Amino acid sequence: MRSQRPDILALVILMAAAGSPAELRAETGPGLGIPMDSARVSAMNLTVLPDGTGLPPGSGRADTGAEADASCPALAAVRPAGSGGPNDALVGGSGTLATQQPVKTVGSYWPYATTVFDYIRRAMPYQAPGSLSADEVYAVTAYLLYENGIIEAGEIVNARSLPRIRMPNRDGFHNPYQPSMEQPDP
Amino acid sequence: MSRGDAMLPVAGNGLLDRRLFLKGGMAGIAALSFGRASAASGARPEWARAPGSPMSGYGGRSPFEAHVQRTAIVSQPGTAGSGASRTPLEHLEGTITPNGLMFERHHSGVPAIDPERHRLMIHGRVQRPLEFSMDVLERYPRVTRLHFLECSGNSGAMAVSPQAPDQSCGALHGLVSACEFTGVPLSVLLDEAGLDAGAAWVVAEGDDSARLVRSVPLAKALDDALVVMYQNGERLRPENGYPIRLFLPGFEGNMSVKWLRRLYVTDQPAMSKDETSRYSDLQPDGSARLFTFSMAVKSVITSPSPGLDLAGPGLYEISGLAWSGSGAIRQVEVSADGGASWAPAHLESPVLPRHLTRFRAPWDWNGGPAMLMSRALDDGGAVQPGRSEWLASHGGRSFYHYNAIQAWAIDEDGRSRNAYA
Repeated sequence: MRSQRPDILALVILMAAAGSPAELRAETGPGLGIPMDSARVSAMNLTVLPDGTGLPPGSGRADTGAEADASCPALAAVRPAGSGGPNDALVGGSGTLATQQPVKTVGSYWPYATTVFDYIRRAMPYQAPGSLSADEVYAVTAYLLYENGIIEAGEIVNARSLPRIRMPNRDGFHNPYQPSMEQPDP
Repeated sequence: MSRGDAMLPVAGNGLLDRRLFLKGGMAGIAALSFGRASAASGARPEWARAPGSPMSGYGGRSPFEAHVQRTAIVSQPGTAGSGASRTPLEHLEGTITPNGLMFERHHSGVPAIDPERHRLMIHGRVQRPLEFSMDVLERYPRVTRLHFLECSGNSGAMAVSPQAPDQSCGALHGLVSACEFTGVPLSVLLDEAGLDAGAAWVVAEGDDSARLVRSVPLAKALDDALVVMYQNGERLRPENGYPIRLFLPGFEGNMSVKWLRRLYVTDQPAMSKDETSRYSDLQPDGSARLFTFSMAVKSVITSPSPGLDLAGPGLYEISGLAWSGSGAIRQVEVSADGGASWAPAHLESPVLPRHLTRFRAPWDWNGGPAMLMSRALDDGGAVQPGRSEWLASHGGRSFYHYNAIQAWAIDEDGRSRNAYA
C-alpha cells in the first residue's frame, strides 16, 4: 500500500487544482480498471445497434418461431389487440397512431427490426431470459415480423437481413434532443 | 411586519403573506388558533414509567408511523416485480425521501446481486476496454449531490383519465423522490478508458433479468452523470440499484439505469425497446418524439391533499414540492380560488438545481369551498402549464412528461379531492 501514497497525494493535488472555490470536483481516478480483451467484450455485449452491429451468427424463420408461441406467455400478446395476452399488444395497430386510441405494437410503432432481436435476447422469455439460442431468437423475431405482415413466412432472418428490414413506422419518429438544451450547473 | 399586516390576505380566498410563518409571526397566532390546553393530569403515561427499549443495530420507525408506506403498487399482470410503487408524498416533509420510501420502477423484479461477483464494464469506442470490481470502485474519488429522480410516466393518469382520478397525492404524483446521492463521476471512468473519435453515446445496461438498456448522450455522461453507490448516506438498497446505479440529474428516471453492469460507448443510440417503443412521446399527428430526456418544471401541493382533511376553519400552512430537470426553482405561486388570483409562496433554502424545493404559504381557510393550486417557475424561465394547455401541446394520447398544474378541491367538510380545473 505504501507505494501508492504518492499517487493519492497527486490525486488530491489534482482535485484541488481543478476545483473552483465553490465546488471541488473529482477529475481523475487511480487508474485501477482491468483491461478487457475482445473475447470478453464479445461475451458480455448484448446490444444490437440499428445498423446490425452486435448481431450473432445464426438464423431463423417465422414458421419455427411460431412454435415458441405455445410455451411463452408473453407471446400470447401476438394475438390481436384486446383479445390476447396480459401485456402490451405485439401485433396490429396499423393506422391507429393518430387516432384517439393508438395501439403501439411491433408492427405499428417500433422503428427498427434490430430492436426486436435485441429485446428478445436480453429480456425474454420473461421467466428465463437468456435461455434461447441465437437461432431461436432469430426465429421468434421472424415470427413477430411475419405476424405483423412485414416479412414472408419462409423468409430467413439473420445478421445480414435483419438490419435491412424496413419497419412501417421507421419515419414516424423525430429526435428533438440537442446537447445544448442542457444547462450546466452554475 | 406586524401580525395584523400578516393576517391581511394577499390573494383570494384567504391566502396570506408568505412571511407570516417567519420572524416569530406564527407564535402568537398559533396560540390563538391551536391553544387548547393539554391534559391537566400530572400522571405519567406508561412509556415514562419504566426504562424504554435498548439500543438497536439498525433503527426502525415508530409503530405509530407504520401506515406510511409506498403506495399504488401495481405490477404487470402475471408478474410481481414488473411495475411501480410510489412515494407517499403527502406523508413526508422537507425534501429528502427516506430510502425505504423511494419510488420503485422495475422491469423484471429486483435482482439479488452479490457485489463480489458484480463488475462494471466500459467498452466500445474507447482506447482501453475496462472492467471494474466493486472493491476497485471504492478507491475512486466520489462526489455527493442532492437531486430528485422522476419517472417520465409520473402523473400520467392526469393526462389520460377522462375524470380526475380519486387518488392521493402520492398515488398520482409519487413517481418522484429526492435523495443525497454519492458516487464516482462517470467522466472519471470514461476518461480512464479513453474516448475514441466518433464516441457520441453511452449505452447503459443493468444487471436485472430484463437487462434494461438506455442510450445516454455523451455530453450528459461527461457533464454531471454519476455511478452511484450510496443513497442518503448508506449503500443503495437492492430496489434502488445495489450495488451501483447510473444517475443522470434531471433526466427521466428510466435512464438512470439501476444495477449498472455495462457502459457501451457508441456513435449512435441503441434504439432499445425502452427508448423507442416505450419512453417516446406520441404526438397528435401520430408521429412520436424520441429522447425527451429532461424532466419539465413542476410542482404539487402535498398538504392539504386527499387524505389530509382540514379540521375546521382557521389558519393552515399550504406546503408542497417543486422541481425542474433544467435547473433550479425560481418561484412558486399558490392559489386558493382555482387560479383566479395567486400569491407567492416561501421557498425553503437551499434551493438547488435539479432537486426538490419545499414551498410553504399560510392560508386562512374560511370553511367554504376552495380550489388549491401551485404553479412553479424555473431559473430558465419555464413556467408550469395548466392542464388544458398541456393537453393542447401534447395531445393527450401520450402520458409521459406530464407536468401540468395540480388542483385540489376542498369541500366544506375540509376534505380534499383531485380535480381538473
